[in-house]
Amino acid sequence: MADYEFPDGLLFTRDDEWIRVEDDQVVIGVSDFAQNQLGDIVFVELPDISSETEAGQPFGTIESVKAVSDLCAPLSGEVASINEALEDSPELVNESCYGEGWLIRLRPSDRQQLEDLLDVDAYRKSVAERDTDS
Amino acid sequence: MAPFAGYEMPIQYSSIREEHAAVRERAGLFDVSHMGQIYFSGPHAAPALERLLTCAVASLRVGRARYGLLLNESGGCIDDVMLTREADDEFFLCVNAANVDKARDWIETRVDSQVFVENRSDATALLALQGPAGRAILARLGPSEEDLPKRFRVARLEVAGASVLVSATGYTGSPGFELYVSHTDAERLFEAILEVGGEDGVLPAGLGARDTLRLEAALPLYGHELDEQTTPFEAGLDRFVKDLESGFIGATALAAQADDESGRCLVGFEMIERGIARADYEILHEGEIVGRVTSGAPSPTLGKSIGLGYVPRAQSGIGQALAIRIRSKDVAARVVERPFQ
Repeated sequence: MADYEFPDGLLFTRDDEWIRVEDDQVVIGVSDFAQNQLGDIVFVELPDISSETEAGQPFGTIESVKAVSDLCAPLSGEVASINEALEDSPELVNESCYGEGWLIRLRPSDRQQLEDLLDVDAYRKSVAERDTDS
Repeated sequence: MAPFAGYEMPIQYSSIREEHAAVRERAGLFDVSHMGQIYFSGPHAAPALERLLTCAVASLRVGRARYGLLLNESGGCIDDVMLTREADDEFFLCVNAANVDKARDWIETRVDSQVFVENRSDATALLALQGPAGRAILARLGPSEEDLPKRFRVARLEVAGASVLVSATGYTGSPGFELYVSHTDAERLFEAILEVGGEDGVLPAGLGARDTLRLEAALPLYGHELDEQTTPFEAGLDRFVKDLESGFIGATALAAQADDESGRCLVGFEMIERGIARADYEILHEGEIVGRVTSGAPSPTLGKSIGLGYVPRAQSGIGQALAIRIRSKDVAARVVERPFQ
């Protein structure tokens, strides 16, 4: 498997998003594997602040030079803030997917849903099964 | 890697943007061995091709290449091809991978038995070295710069120890070469070019960059801008169509369409508002759906989002305001000159 970054302490979805729990909010982004598979990211469309997300449903889109993909919400909740910097610098997702390239902050409405997410080892395994670049 | 017409094709080696920039500024090397080659030989080859193709064949001199289209009786495109004349009575067509079998079947049932037709697609590999540094790179692998052909000419040369038909053609909008070589020599040639081209900054490039490069140059891609329901006139390829009186297949149907101002035609557009048009998105004029996007992407060189699509002729003028429906939102666009600039 290629050398992707899997930081400890994060949760993941099978759709290659990461989730970091911070008090009553969670921060959401896409994983290193995802940004690598997408290639050069040129456009990120994020939801309005205070809009609602529903677990498993699209909340935005991410476009690379080659294709457009839906961003699926890992959790239901209310959008607390979005990463405004991505409007002018979508490439931050490529450069720093776990840092400056975060997508949205959410106030989860059902913290039980956190139980459905993958821990880093389970996610690493999910990527290994799908990675064709190795 | 992605499967394409039975081949495993790299979409990108490093990054589409980096590979794209390498071709525009230095050089990029593509493995396009999936493209098919159909050879024609014998004294009847030229008249047979003259009847099959929209481009003039008799006037093509030995050692030159010319772009043309293979049409059905209704004037729709079976394929778009590059015709090369290697000798007086030896030609080959470079055809799209997905169309090799279709084109060969079409051709074989329409040429007489005195024309020898051979599909050499599997034995022939094709590398495309595209970009301004291409000439200098090849000149370090054997041929002198003077030996290397000028635009739309071909020469058989020894390159890195392999016998290569070097054709000064391409599909990127940058100058460059297409290198037809035996499949047994292809990998060695690919590696040799990357090695000697290292100092020029040559990069291996994949299908992703090939697509953004050809889109900036507004070169049609079969299956997107061209298909069997689309004529070369609709696609804006008039200059690759010879005199309609010459009797090539499809000419009668084209003649009937030649004065028709009511049809649709291909336009290039750029997004005015933020958004990226993609193939199959709807094109609107004053709130009404008038056409569809055939190709679209953010242009790495121009830093804006561009696309191609079909609209009614009435809405095809330069500067025409249009909208592209992107995920149920109508985003402003306007018709611009092709190639994009």
